[in-house]
Amino acid sequence: MNIDVRFFAGLREALNVSHLSLSVPENIKTIGALREHLCQRGDVWAHTLADGPLLRMALNQQMVGPESMLSAGCEVAFFPPVTGG
Amino acid sequence: MTIRVMEEDFDVSSEIARLRDFRPDVGAVVAFVGTVREMNDGATVSAMTLEHYPGMTEQTIQVIVQQATARWSLLGTTVIHRVGTLQPQDQIVLVAVATTNRSAAFAACEFIMDYLKTSAPFWKKEHTSAGARWVEAHAKDEAALGKWQVSRTQSHPTL
Repeated sequence: MNIDVRFFAGLREALNVSHLSLSVPENIKTIGALREHLCQRGDVWAHTLADGPLLRMALNQQMVGPESMLSAGCEVAFFPPVTGG
Repeated sequence: MTIRVMEEDFDVSSEIARLRDFRPDVGAVVAFVGTVREMNDGATVSAMTLEHYPGMTEQTIQVIVQQATARWSLLGTTVIHRVGTLQPQDQIVLVAVATTNRSAAFAACEFIMDYLKTSAPFWKKEHTSAGARWVEAHAKDEAALGKWQVSRTQSHPTL
């Protein structure tokens, strides 16, 4: 399954990447599973994408929880808590 | 409903005039303007860079405004948020709400700002003499949602 992954703000800087086009294995079905999959890329990834209150996720541009299901061609984003206004 | 995310500055008077144009039913306009503060968390801020998630930002603000419009029967709303690099004293955000009476306008303006701060994907980076730093989210912003009496699952209107 091919998906787009985007990173913003401090996460983008820490990972030194803003956008990934990924082909994910069949067993990766949720955004939470995708997060764990990306954490295996190395220490920086595991640290930056660590689960917790400082990590937010969006699926197709809507804020979601880790249980949300991925679909082919979907857009996933990881970012820190927002600080606009 | 007018929603704009842009680098350029805005003029509050013309935005309010546009909101009231040809609307004799409007009896109250409340406008909030957020600006870049020079002092933040004990450091002098020389500049601020605002990053956002194009597409999701506009969509999220739209949902917030739709909720406010349904709740307070708003007659018109303008939300403008700037992105890019700003200096102290620069305008960052405008939320202007037009209604028939003032109590709804005050409440709706605050509601939109409270939700914008906690769910619209903007991130501020401050530039100080000690270097650049990402602004951290404040728990009080999330806590502010409590007064609108919605459950935790509804606290992000895009869900």
